[in-house]
Amino acid sequence: MLRFLIKGVFRDRSRSLFSIIVITLIVALTVLIRGFMAGIFDDVFRQSAVIFAGHVKVTTRAYAEESDLLPNDLAILGSDSLVAALSEEYPDMFWTPRILFAGLLDIPDEQGETKEQGPMMGFGLDLHSPGSRMVEIWELERKLTRGRLPERPAEVLLGETYAHRLGVEPGDVATFIGASMYGGFVTYNFHVAGTVSLGITGIDKNMLIADLRGVRMALDMQDAAGEIVGYSHDMFYDDEGSVALAVNFNEHVPNPENEFSLVMQALRDHTQMGAMVDISEYAIGLVLFIFMAVTVVVLWNMGLMNGLRRYGEFGMRLAMGETKGHVYRTTLGEAVVIGIAGSFIGTAVALPLVWYLQEIGLDYTGLFEGMTFVLSSIIRARITPDCYYLGFIPGVLATVAGTMLSGRGIYKREMSQLFKELELEA
Amino acid sequence: MDDNHIVEIRELVKRYPVGGGHFTALRDVTTDVVVGEFTGLVGPSGSGKTTLLNIIGGLDAPSEGSVTVLDMPLGGKNHKELAHLRREGIGFIFQTFNLLPVYTVFENVEFPLLLMGMNGEDRRSAVNQALEWVDLMDKVKSRPAQLSGGECQRVAIARAIVKKPKLIIADEPTANLDAENSHNVMGLMVNLNRELSTSFMFATHDEKVMGYLTRIIHLIDGRIDEDEQVSKPKYREGK
Repeated sequence: MLRFLIKGVFRDRSRSLFSIIVITLIVALTVLIRGFMAGIFDDVFRQSAVIFAGHVKVTTRAYAEESDLLPNDLAILGSDSLVAALSEEYPDMFWTPRILFAGLLDIPDEQGETKEQGPMMGFGLDLHSPGSRMVEIWELERKLTRGRLPERPAEVLLGETYAHRLGVEPGDVATFIGASMYGGFVTYNFHVAGTVSLGITGIDKNMLIADLRGVRMALDMQDAAGEIVGYSHDMFYDDEGSVALAVNFNEHVPNPENEFSLVMQALRDHTQMGAMVDISEYAIGLVLFIFMAVTVVVLWNMGLMNGLRRYGEFGMRLAMGETKGHVYRTTLGEAVVIGIAGSFIGTAVALPLVWYLQEIGLDYTGLFEGMTFVLSSIIRARITPDCYYLGFIPGVLATVAGTMLSGRGIYKREMSQLFKELELEA
Repeated sequence: MDDNHIVEIRELVKRYPVGGGHFTALRDVTTDVVVGEFTGLVGPSGSGKTTLLNIIGGLDAPSEGSVTVLDMPLGGKNHKELAHLRREGIGFIFQTFNLLPVYTVFENVEFPLLLMGMNGEDRRSAVNQALEWVDLMDKVKSRPAQLSGGECQRVAIARAIVKKPKLIIADEPTANLDAENSHNVMGLMVNLNRELSTSFMFATHDEKVMGYLTRIIHLIDGRIDEDEQVSKPKYREGK
C-alpha cells in the first residue's frame, strides 16, 4: 500500500516536486547555517585557543590556580618528555609547550641608555621545531606588518602598536627585564625581527612573541614550560571531546593533591569561555528552532493546499472503505518519504558548499586591502558531525508536523456529505 | 435477516438539525433489497435518494429505525466497522468517476484490493479479470486523462466490481455521459448483475438508467411513494 502511495507521490509533481524543492532549500539552508555558524564561532574559539588556552592545556595544579600571575616558578619540568608522552597518548591532538611571561622591555639608545621602557607580556612559542604549527596557527606571516619572522632563538616579534609606542624598528635591540624561573633578576637582549598586529588591542599594545628556545634561555627554564597546550589537528574546537579528554587525563594523574601534579583544562574551563561555548550552542539551537518553526508553517500551508487539491481523492478513499485513521497515516507516511527525499537532497547540496567554505573559505581580504584585521580575513564554515543529519530534523519532522496539522481536516470530514462532495447531487 | 436479503430497512427515519429544529429527509421507510436486484431510487431533488444511499452505504446513520446491510445492523456501529463493511462488501460508482489521476487504469482498479490487503498475485489476476469484464485490457497502462468519459466510467465500474462485492451503490452513474456511453455503461452493469448476481442500487433521474431497472422505488418527500417491479425493462433485453 505504501509503495502504491509513494508511486503516486512521485508521479504527482505538484505534490512531490514542489514539496521536495521547498524541503531541499530549507534543509540546505539549515545545514549551511549550521556549518557557517559553527565556523564563525570556531573562529572565536580558535583565537582564544591560540592566544590563551589551547583546546586543552596542561599545567601544574599550582600554576593553574595562579595562572593570572604567570607563575613560571610553578612551571612544568621535563616538559619535552611530557609533550612526547601526550602526543603518544592522545594522538588526536598536537601538543606544544609554551611560556607566558611578563616584565619590562627596555629600549636602549646608541649609548646603551634607556630610550623607552614599557611593561611587556611575552609569549614563548615553539616557532622553529620541525613540524611546529605555531607560525601557521598564529597566522604570523599574514599578520606581520614590518620586518620578518624570527629565524634565531633571540629574535622576537613585537606588537605593532607596542613597537610604535616604544619607537622600535626591526633590527633594534630590546632588553627584557624580569625574573627567572627561580626568582632571580634577569636581563636578556632580544633582537626585534619584525612587528605584528593580531588585531586585539589589549594584546597588541604590549605583546612580544619569541621562540621558546630564546625564552628558556632568558628565564633559565631549560626543558621547562609554563603550559603545554593541545590543539585538534583540524583546529576545530570539540567541546565535548576536549572536556572528556581533560577528565580522562585528570583521572589518571598520580598524587592529584600535590601542587606540582599535572592538571588538564579544556577551553571552556577558562574565564567566560564556558559561557561562550554554551551561548554558541544555544544560538545555533535557537536559529535551528526558528528555521524549524518557519518550516512547519510553510509545510503546514503546503499540506493544506495539498489537502484541498486532494479533497476528492480522500473522499473517494473514505467512501471506498478506507478509515480516516488510515488516510491520515498514509499522508504522514507520504510526508516522511518526501521529507527524507528532500532532506537527503538538501544535505547533499549543502555539504559540498560547507566543505568548500571549510577548506577554501571566503577570503574578503581584497575588500579591506591595507587595513589591519581584527578577525580572520577568511570566513570559514565547518562540517560538524551533525551537519550530516541535522537537516533531517526540519526536513522530516517539520514536514510531518505540517502534515499532521493540515491533515486534521480528514477527521473533521462529514461522511454523510461525501456523495455531495464527490459532486453527486441526486 | 433473510438469507436472500442484501439490505433490510425498517421504519427508517432520518432527520438533520436545521437551525433550532430539524429537517426530516426520510420518513418511515421500510423496504428490502434481495440478491441480484437491479434497483433504482428515483424522485425529484430533495426526495431523499442520496440520503438513503448514504445510510445503506454506511456513510450516514439513521435517526430512527433499523438498517441491516449484508447481515450487519448499522445502528451503533463505529466508523471503523462501517469502513470495513464498505471495503469488503460494497462497491461505489460515482457520477464524476473519481479516478486517481496519477495512477494508471490498472492501478486505479487495484486500489480497493490494496485496501483489503490482498496479495500481489491475486490482485493482478482480479484486476485483469475486472478489466476484461469492462473491455479495457488495451488501456491498462493509460492514465485517466487519456481516456474518454465512457472509458473512465468503465474503469470506475471495474474498480467497484474488482472485489466482487455483493452490493454496488451507484449515484447518477450516467450523468456525465452521452447517450451512447450511457447505454454501454448500463449494459455492462446489467451483464455483471447477471453473471455475478451482484445487486445494484442506483439513485438516478436518467430515463435511460430507468430503462434497465428491474425495480424502481419512487421517493417523494422522504417517503416511498411507489415500489414498482419492472418485469420488462425497456432497454434490458434489447441493448
